[in-house]
Amino acid sequence: MPALETEVLVVGGGSTGAGVVRDAAMRGFSAILVERGDLAAGTTGRFHGLLHSGGRYAVTDPVAARECVAENAILRRTAADCIEDTGGLFVTTKWDDPAFGDEFAEGCRETGVPLEEIPVPQALRLESRLDPTISRAFTVPDASLDPWKLVWGCARSAKHYGAKILPYHRVLDLERQSDRIVGALVENELTGEKARIRAQVVVNAAGAWAGQIAELAGCKVTVLPGKGIMIAMNHRLVNTVVNRCKRPADGDIIVPIRTVSVIGTTDTRVSNPDELEVTQGEVDEMLDEGEKLVPGFREARALRVWAGARPLFSAEEVTDTREVSRTHTLLDHAERDGVEGFVTITGGKTTTFRLMAETAVDAVCAHLGVDRPCRTKEEPLPDSEERHFYWLGSRVRAREPMPRSEEIICECELITRNRLKAAIVRRQTTNLDDIRRTLRLGMGPCQGGFCIYRATGILHAFERLDQRAANASLLDFLEERWKGVHPILHGDQLRQARLDDWIFQGLLAVQHLPE
Amino acid sequence: MNYDVVVIGAGLAGLTAALRLAEQGQRVLVVAKGVGGTHLAPAAIDVLGYIDGPVESPAQALPRFAAAHPEHPYRRLSVELIRSSLGWLRDRLAELGYQGRLEENFLLPTAVGVAKPTVLVPETMAAGDLRAGGRFVFVGLRGLKDFYPAYLADNLVRAALPGGASVSARTVELAPPLGDEGDVTSVGFARRFEQPEFRDMVVRELEQRLVPGEIVGFPAVLGLRHAREVWQELETRLRHPVFEVPTLPPSVGGIRLFESMTAALRREGARVVVGSTVSGAEHDGKRLGGVVAQTAGRPRTYRARSFVLASGGFASGGLQLDSYGRVRETAFDLALVGVPSPDAPRFEPGYFDEHPIARAGVAADDELRPLDAEGAPAFENLHVAGATLAGAAPWREASGNGLSLATGYAAASAILERTS
Repeated sequence: MPALETEVLVVGGGSTGAGVVRDAAMRGFSAILVERGDLAAGTTGRFHGLLHSGGRYAVTDPVAARECVAENAILRRTAADCIEDTGGLFVTTKWDDPAFGDEFAEGCRETGVPLEEIPVPQALRLESRLDPTISRAFTVPDASLDPWKLVWGCARSAKHYGAKILPYHRVLDLERQSDRIVGALVENELTGEKARIRAQVVVNAAGAWAGQIAELAGCKVTVLPGKGIMIAMNHRLVNTVVNRCKRPADGDIIVPIRTVSVIGTTDTRVSNPDELEVTQGEVDEMLDEGEKLVPGFREARALRVWAGARPLFSAEEVTDTREVSRTHTLLDHAERDGVEGFVTITGGKTTTFRLMAETAVDAVCAHLGVDRPCRTKEEPLPDSEERHFYWLGSRVRAREPMPRSEEIICECELITRNRLKAAIVRRQTTNLDDIRRTLRLGMGPCQGGFCIYRATGILHAFERLDQRAANASLLDFLEERWKGVHPILHGDQLRQARLDDWIFQGLLAVQHLPE
Repeated sequence: MNYDVVVIGAGLAGLTAALRLAEQGQRVLVVAKGVGGTHLAPAAIDVLGYIDGPVESPAQALPRFAAAHPEHPYRRLSVELIRSSLGWLRDRLAELGYQGRLEENFLLPTAVGVAKPTVLVPETMAAGDLRAGGRFVFVGLRGLKDFYPAYLADNLVRAALPGGASVSARTVELAPPLGDEGDVTSVGFARRFEQPEFRDMVVRELEQRLVPGEIVGFPAVLGLRHAREVWQELETRLRHPVFEVPTLPPSVGGIRLFESMTAALRREGARVVVGSTVSGAEHDGKRLGGVVAQTAGRPRTYRARSFVLASGGFASGGLQLDSYGRVRETAFDLALVGVPSPDAPRFEPGYFDEHPIARAGVAADDELRPLDAEGAPAFENLHVAGATLAGAAPWREASGNGLSLATGYAAASAILERTS
């Protein structure tokens, strides 16, 4: 069995884990990250894409709000390429308590959330689809954040500093010698190969799965997975993040991200973060709430629905997950459980991932008895050095001078053949779902109707995949897509889905592909 | 202006009904929201491709299939009528050279290399028949993103063929000069193939790379208006059988079919209006007097003695599911069957499962008149054809174009019978 040695082993490849491994590597530690699936395939890749201004927590969770204020400003400096500076609005609709506006403004002042009240007509000029009966409007520095870019940016930077990133590696066990965790037994999920990783400190950054990892070390950590569903609507129904000005509740925010708008979210306690079923009732609730912000919402095309599991740490048992603070928690298991070489960082949110990483690596330093300062506040991620935010038209602008010079494989997201090939090489993957997360392949209005056959053909020829692997990749993508599509299929999106059936089942007859 | 028949929808079902009526001297108007499914689907006509496994002879399988599926539109059609509809298309569109008969399915390669059963094919596809096996070579065109011959070939050699027939397949990649264009659609290639110099280049590049006895498969881009000439010239000059494999929409073969049928309609004096959505009706009790179409500027009423509804299913907008789970037939608000109740699941969690909503549509009597909730004809002079009809699962059965052709043909026959 192969064996690896490292100072820091990070378990979990979401934004927290990616942040930890980068921070550790930047501080000069040897570091390895293991993730059971693809990077950012868990909660990080399943949120609405909001870079919080802090406004959402200004009244109910001031600690979280203050953290968001600080981290928002830092990420704008260091992760600009992952951010679209959409700005944010909090609006009071006729369904919201009109008195909350003052409370909200006061909370923002106290927590330092930059806030400006603007006249309603100005808000309506800014966002013409908003319900015209809104009574108040505030601007805040919300923005949208591309989670995949963020995590891949951290991973690339970490690699640059010598870290090893191992997606598709599941931790089977943590190895304990008397009162110390000394490493992990991991299994490559693609090849079945097992390996031992010896580490001086193991950082549990498994988010909603942190309880399961802690259990392998014999520690009890209660993480309440709070299920939140989100629906991506076709096109940008709004160009600014739009929040309802009220206490956080279900379906009260619409985030414009890339070519879509995402409405979120719900918060339901679930027992297993791997079983996040979306019910018809939840979908209906989202659509009804969307209607209150943007009339006609129900008539718009819903592209895809998904659910994420928030990692909400609780010191004791809690029943309403929305009451649990959104701040993060560091558990030093030496102090807490008498287990050396093991820390858990959990709770928190993507907006504060950098701070969580800093906190965790500070603890690592303490464990190793060294003092090395954190530099992630200053050093930008790769491609963010120029501090240019991305914008919706970036891909079009790149393409515009030579519109037909190269084949566009995915018309919805403007992905060319060369870009696809480069991603296949860079990611060293033949899994179309991994490519989807990397390039947004198949995330647009047709949900892969046209590009997936093409991408399969290219993968097959370029990667010299045998037909069995190529077929599996195609069929897996279709099944995976269907999970996110069928609960919201109606209206014109059902027409689109039928066209896709026409292609896959009628024209190509993929259901009869040979074994 | 008054018509004898107004046909709603310009897919295969609507065009079939219209042409059959027009050639019998009826004054026909086709009014459609847009071009129909022809532009999406291959021009091959599937009547019944799969029951449990592949169907060898639709003629033999149909009676048993219809008996087992009492709600299926085929239950309303005799085998004889289906056979006649195929013969009619073959004769009527002679320029497409349709080949095949209801007694046997061809097995033709799809673009991913599945051997798919189909009963009637344009002459440009027929040499792809896999039933007797053979040595195949598939031609890739650089710059065409909708065809991957190596993937096709790799699957095709593993296809299960009847009688253990064996197929070998290899690929040849051509890099035709495309000027500044790096992204040419299948229609763009089809236009290029109509240029003699382009064909010269293809033939020159290809001819030394073929081995005697090989059958040559191209993506379906061999010309639009002059496909026969293009295809014949390639066969003659290459001295190999040549055939086309359908690719992603827009379907070049389907466009040829649409152009052929609409040209024939115009020759018969019919009128085709594309770009108008029918969204209402004028009726006197059970007799339909006219349909209201949304045209540019204002609604417009088209009156006729009979009507054919061929507006398609969910894919074409003939049926619509709203966000509350309600399903509507969009032109006349006809009664529907096979619709799950709004609180019941409409789709199964597996993509290839049979979904509860899949067979939703309009139920019809033997003259293909839509039935109301009580089971009586909703209108005595309205007939339904194509995917608006309830009861079929076109992808599972491989029956889509066949259903459209046969029900379009049958609706026309019913009208002709009533008016004679």
